[in-house]
Amino acid sequence: MAAAIKRPGWIRGALGAVLAAAFGVGLVVALRAASGLPAFQTEQTGYPQVVVPLITGPFGFLAGFGCFDYWLRWAAGMPTIPEDHSQHGAKSWRDYFRFNTDHKVIGIQYIVTTLFFFFIAGLLAMLIRAELSQPGTQFVDAATFNGLFSTHAAIMIFVVVVPIFAGIANYVLPLMIGAPDMAFPRLNALSFWMLPIAGLLFIGSFLAPGGAFGTGWTGYAPLSTGAPLGQSFFNLGVQFAGASSIATALNFLVTIVTMRAPGMNFWRMPLLVWANLSTSMLVIAATPFIAGVQFMVLFDRTLGTNFFQAAGGGDVISYQHIFWFYSHPAVYIMMLPGFGIISEVISTHARKPIFGYRLMALALLGIVVLSYSVWAHHMFVAGMFSWLRVPMMITTLLIAVPTGIKIFSWLGTLFFGKIHTYSTSMLFALAFIVTFTVGGISGVMLGMVPLDIHVSDTYFVVAHIHFVLFGGSVFTIFAGIYHWFPKMTGRMYDEKLGRVHFWGTLVGTWGTFIPMHWIGMNGMPRRVADYAAQFGDWNLLISVFAFVLGAVQLVFLYNMIVSWRFGPRAEANPWRAKTIEWQVSSPPPIFNFDQIPRVVGGPYEFGVPGARHAIMADDGAEVPEPRPTVMGSR
Amino acid sequence: MLGRLPIAKMLAATVAMTAAISAVMLPIGWDGQQASTAAVKIDDLLSVTIVVSAFFFSLVVVMLFYALWKFKAKPGDESDGEPIHGNTRLEVAWTLIPTVIVLFGAGYSWSVLRDIEQPAENPLTVDVFSQQFAWSFGYPGKDNVWSEGELHVPLGRQVHFKMHAQDVIHSFWVPEWRIKKDNVPGITTTAIVTPNRAGVYQLICTELCGFGHATMRAKVVAEPPAEFREWVGGLKEKVPQPLAESIVRDTEANPVPLGAGGA
Ligand code: HEM
Ligand SMILES: [Cu+2]
Ligand SMILES: [Cu+2]
Repeated sequence: MAAAIKRPGWIRGALGAVLAAAFGVGLVVALRAASGLPAFQTEQTGYPQVVVPLITGPFGFLAGFGCFDYWLRWAAGMPTIPEDHSQHGAKSWRDYFRFNTDHKVIGIQYIVTTLFFFFIAGLLAMLIRAELSQPGTQFVDAATFNGLFSTHAAIMIFVVVVPIFAGIANYVLPLMIGAPDMAFPRLNALSFWMLPIAGLLFIGSFLAPGGAFGTGWTGYAPLSTGAPLGQSFFNLGVQFAGASSIATALNFLVTIVTMRAPGMNFWRMPLLVWANLSTSMLVIAATPFIAGVQFMVLFDRTLGTNFFQAAGGGDVISYQHIFWFYSHPAVYIMMLPGFGIISEVISTHARKPIFGYRLMALALLGIVVLSYSVWAHHMFVAGMFSWLRVPMMITTLLIAVPTGIKIFSWLGTLFFGKIHTYSTSMLFALAFIVTFTVGGISGVMLGMVPLDIHVSDTYFVVAHIHFVLFGGSVFTIFAGIYHWFPKMTGRMYDEKLGRVHFWGTLVGTWGTFIPMHWIGMNGMPRRVADYAAQFGDWNLLISVFAFVLGAVQLVFLYNMIVSWRFGPRAEANPWRAKTIEWQVSSPPPIFNFDQIPRVVGGPYEFGVPGARHAIMADDGAEVPEPRPTVMGSR
Repeated sequence: MLGRLPIAKMLAATVAMTAAISAVMLPIGWDGQQASTAAVKIDDLLSVTIVVSAFFFSLVVVMLFYALWKFKAKPGDESDGEPIHGNTRLEVAWTLIPTVIVLFGAGYSWSVLRDIEQPAENPLTVDVFSQQFAWSFGYPGKDNVWSEGELHVPLGRQVHFKMHAQDVIHSFWVPEWRIKKDNVPGITTTAIVTPNRAGVYQLICTELCGFGHATMRAKVVAEPPAEFREWVGGLKEKVPQPLAESIVRDTEANPVPLGAGGA
């Protein structure tokens, strides 16, 4: 027992959490006693005796779990424990539940954790659709309903879509650039372990007096500054998810910039690497804004500051400006990595070089730049200064241009290729192109101020966000998971079940979200527990499709679990792809490469006689002269 | 490379599909009844957008299915596609053409926006008060008389709604008017509407404002001026103190609407 308490791990982690939480409560009580206040404060926004331990407890857990051991020893001048690689690689499933610094283990930890939350948030969505299947109240009251859709959205955005891309890239990206690991493996592990904390805070808010936070994932002030305790869980959950995402982005940036294999110049990077480079640039500069603004709300709630309460001289609209200054870039944080995945999948299964590779990379950078100049398109009816609407409309519509470039280039890649559709990943990639186009089109409509004035805050917006986030991001996530499943697990998944999952998801997505466009335009506002009887039939139809969509995800779950355990062994390169991760075994050796590969050409040189992307040390091949990337018309 | 593709046929298919989609979609009144001067303009903009969007959607679908039909690998074919890396002219085209089209969309939208927000002579001002979870309305032109949960407006005259939220943000939306504007604590926001169709409509709160959000509605009656005058004349109550104070306290967010020269 004594040894278990000393060793980093769950026991020490639990102990750390309890002690730190107790310290937090003690601190509050002591300070309040010293100020002559009653020990506990139970006004609805306050509860310092809960809020403070919610901050200290997670840190206690992280410290106990071992996230800081190395750094603390180093900082204290103690001898650091020499790296014996005991924290590297996974030999049994138990190793996935430890503090592990191997990017491949962390990648899988990320993906499994985020999928776990995907199913929780999906379950919440099913409850929402059950309540909305008929006008009137079915089984939850309006306040609970607000909690349902708020936690659904917050979990989906902050602990599913944003981090799952970090998980996929964590696994794949170092392999793709020929690196042995990420640049900062310990920071990488810390980033991961902050994530479940965020998810648990969001879910835990259901236990708070007053129920889960019910102000939407947007948490607009002053509704949020005056909301019950659950809102503070949201404020804090965003901090942990945000810190996790910033640290990971930093890690990716440094990894991509400094750890590419020799010969891999920027124009030889696979587009997935470009996509994560762009995403990281967005995360690093934008995420601090949401962290800051949630702290400001928390301070308004607990410390009596007045950032956003008009009565005390605060400025209500500034919340939205700061929030969207993050949250618009965030929608591209949730899309660009998916663009990267689609490029890999389409090029591989069409057996063709990506059409217009350089323009594809530049389009990503164009989106990054434009993303910072469009946030107020979420505020066209918010009552902000009216002159800002037209410039922001123009930049918003211009974002459709680089987005369109990507769509057309993927289509161009298909032409004169040899398209294989046997893999579920390719099916999702192809369906993504069409589905995402619909989301892009509704985005452009929302960007046009007069149209937005009518449909803002209606089901039309709900349709748009689900076409881009489900038909966009989630389709790319599925494509990516199926594509790299053999690499990650060393097993093949079942393509038949994959097809069932694909067709069910495709039909479910369109059936659920297409009708929402219409009921939105026709007068149904969003975020309502009840609606006019005229929309009853449409909502019933939507709910039925939603249940299909939800149920078919269980096929996916079954396929993943059973294939991981019992699937046929995967070869190193089942898709005959060119990028480096496929040139090592499945799963890759514990340190990725015995010798760092050398990159001698572009990543997608399909059909170019004799062309190679990389030369692995052990394949004994002749090393041809590095050739410049071919581009332009032929 | 392009020469080997049936470009004309693909374009024809795209145009045909665009026409078919438009033919189905345009006659449908997506936005519902039109009851203000803005509604027609916004719906026209919507129609143009639908046609342009249908074109791009069709283009994507035609390209995708053509490629899938023509370039699908035969079973057992393990060879690669042709090593085509791009086509500069094509890439320039699909950068520039969409740019021009979205800029046209922006220009058109801007002109519609100016139109619908152009202040007219002699508007009627109505104060809108929103609080969890009810609407009420003051008529400063008629001794600040006050009406709860029921809004009346005359036809054919521009109405300036001055909005005052009392607690959290609410949003003022009458779908038949196509106009929406948030009510923001601490500032006065303005919406401009010229109702032109008599009828009874619903005012819907579209900004999440708490557990009563879904039921925060009010009745809207647009009627000929004479009937309107009669109705306002029948109102006895005055805008109560706390609401009246909010008119004075709230700062004007947008003193000059977009269309009113300059700002
Ligand atoms: C062509 C590209 C796009 C354009 C022009 C566009 C435009 C817009 C506009 C104008 C709004 C505000 C609507 C309103 O609230 O009235 C909006 C909302 C939203 N968009 Fe997009 N969008 C695009 C792509 C995307 C992508 C790729 C994503 C995410 C993957 C996304 C996610 C969202 C979300 C989550 C919201 C709703 C935020 C809320 O809860 O209020 N959009 N979009
Ligand atoms: Cu946005
Ligand atoms: Cu409301």
